[in-house]
Amino acid sequence: MTMQRPEAAYFFGTCLIDLFYPDAGVSAVQLLQREGVRVIFPPDQTCCGQPAWNSGYRDEARKVARTQLALFDKPLPIVIPSGSCAGMMKTHYPALFRGEPDEDRALDVAGRVYELTGFLVDVLDIRLQDLGAPVTVAVHTSCSARREMGVADKIESLLGQLARVTVHEQAYKTECCGFGGTFAVKEPEISAAMVADKTAHIRATGASCLVSQDCGCLMNIGGAFAFQQREQNQPVPAIRHIAEFLWERVNAGPAATGEA
Amino acid sequence: MAMPTEFRIRVEDALKKDEVRTHFRKAMDTLMTNRRNQFPDEAELQRLRTQAQSIRANALSKLPELLEQLESNLVRNGVQVHWAETTDEANRIVLNILQQHNARSIIKGKSMVSEEMGLNHFLEQQGIEALESDLGEFIIQLDGETPSHIIMPAIHKNKEEIARLFNARFPHIPYTDDVDELTRNARAILRDKFYSAPVGLSGVNFAVAETGTLCLVENEGNGRMATTVPPVHIAVTGIEKVVEKLADIPPLFSILPRSATGQPVTTYFNMISGPRKPGEKDGPTEVHLVLLDNGRSTIYSDPELLATLRCIRCGACINHCPVYVRIGGHAYGTVYPGPIGTILEPQKEGLRVHGELVQASSLCGACGEVCPVRIPIPDIINRLRHDGVRQDGGSRTRDAGTRRKRLEAVTWRGWSWAASHPSLYHLGSRAATRLRKLMPQRLGAWTRVRTAPALAAQTLHERLKALGVDHE
Ligand code: SF4
Repeated sequence: MTMQRPEAAYFFGTCLIDLFYPDAGVSAVQLLQREGVRVIFPPDQTCCGQPAWNSGYRDEARKVARTQLALFDKPLPIVIPSGSCAGMMKTHYPALFRGEPDEDRALDVAGRVYELTGFLVDVLDIRLQDLGAPVTVAVHTSCSARREMGVADKIESLLGQLARVTVHEQAYKTECCGFGGTFAVKEPEISAAMVADKTAHIRATGASCLVSQDCGCLMNIGGAFAFQQREQNQPVPAIRHIAEFLWERVNAGPAATGEA
Repeated sequence: MAMPTEFRIRVEDALKKDEVRTHFRKAMDTLMTNRRNQFPDEAELQRLRTQAQSIRANALSKLPELLEQLESNLVRNGVQVHWAETTDEANRIVLNILQQHNARSIIKGKSMVSEEMGLNHFLEQQGIEALESDLGEFIIQLDGETPSHIIMPAIHKNKEEIARLFNARFPHIPYTDDVDELTRNARAILRDKFYSAPVGLSGVNFAVAETGTLCLVENEGNGRMATTVPPVHIAVTGIEKVVEKLADIPPLFSILPRSATGQPVTTYFNMISGPRKPGEKDGPTEVHLVLLDNGRSTIYSDPELLATLRCIRCGACINHCPVYVRIGGHAYGTVYPGPIGTILEPQKEGLRVHGELVQASSLCGACGEVCPVRIPIPDIINRLRHDGVRQDGGSRTRDAGTRRKRLEAVTWRGWSWAASHPSLYHLGSRAATRLRKLMPQRLGAWTRVRTAPALAAQTLHERLKALGVDHE
């Protein structure tokens, strides 16, 4: 799966990052640029189509996905700061476009999709220098990054380069946080039970920051943390998308102080 | 707000029982650890899974021929073969056999297909006693319950509960909560029943077409007793359980117990190849096999859903499911719980009754990751969600299209339209960020345990444009 170090790459920012976590997107772009990659951000990108796809509305999902297909014509890698959206484009576009006139195009796009941490480690072989103060972090790898994109260990391998970052491993690390897109809304009780356990396990590590490569998980876990802080006055870790965390560490930004 | 469904009520109920949840968590932890320890070599595990998958896929690719071959070889071996399209037919076939022998009772080895048939209940109505002899099944039968797991039916009960139950049902036996002691007591009670039962009933794990052999995997020896001691043995199974040849058995038997309970092998592996032959000293004089369809042919006819039938009922998907571990098996309200139930039950019984189950998944993929025959469970869940709302008539899944709700459909159509018109979409997202102060702080169920997500001041699109990132 590894490719030659490219001179340029497309960046697909995801709808969640666009609206809620633009810092993560900006950091991801800056990390890529720092590696000498010319980043191309097609402005017409909206959403990969996953919300409708996972709800069973395939025609609606395809229509949105088709709009994205048109944006990545050059034979360049497409880097996505989310295991979930990358998983959608890489593993589900082929099924979504099976038998459609633009199936070939979908397969071509799917074949060029990379999740950000996988791209940083495997393709760019990024080298990081830690400029921050000592800090402890817990890592939550999203289920899609782990199981669809097969990049389960990439965050740890990136953090391993940071001299003053200590990773604390939470119990039930590989278990889902309970987000699951519409699952959190359609099955709120089960989702709540899952995120309650997830936050408890992370907090038990005493880590001051939680990092993940997926903003869906961060929205879920971080939202629960903020709730626990507000309603129960509990001390909770800060949350950071891995791109933002890395960018801050190599530039002595907020996360680098341990204050996150 | 709409009325809570039965499923929702059961889920909420289950989630309230902290003790049960802790118990389930411990039990599943043990099973997961045991499984992991059985597969120390990741590459070897993947090789075994691929092999098991291809054996099952191969069998399904020739299912009609293999079933014919199985039947003719069984008949040659002296086994009587019966075909049942529905569970009702299957029950009547069993009843007929019992009536021919004037049997008023049967003793049962563990069989999920008999649960699917509702056989115990059916026989009871005919005045026939069906006694479960698998320890777990025996326990839940004492308590009038159904299995909460396909291989560990009484997993929801802790030993104190079981001790109290035994004490209530068998007051003449001194109270004990020692597991070995309890097992010994159950064994003593059952032993007599084995000798007096006129008919034994069992399930089948694999049916070998090439030789006409029925394989039964078990740990307690009750399966062997039920299939050899009573003069008549009836095996019931689904039509998908057939495999092509005897050589297919070792790889499947190697991966099944390791995936299921984390045992290298089970204590018993029975190969039944017909009734007692002249001159033989033991074994039943009559053996029957009931092959049940119950919706399986419909599943078979869909190339995407067909993988559902590869299942070897190991239960690994259940043991690893973050939803199952929290709500337990009974909350599903189905015969098969957990991920396998989530894909099988809506297909078998229809989306109208069990379509809700396919929503009760975060699509985390833990199930598909451990499935020994690589059933893409999340993909099948996704497909069944589609079948629930589609209107194109392109699926044979029972009750396809019946879960479509107008408001939801309209919402997705609107979303789809907006997200495929970039300039409009971006106008909207920019506007949303400008108006973010107006965003509601309470978002229904989401904010019951979380704060509402905060919209950013500027979208990523705006930020990257300002930074001069190439927008070609
Ligand atoms: S679906 Fe796979 S993991 Fe689940 S019971 Fe069947 S074979 Fe086992």
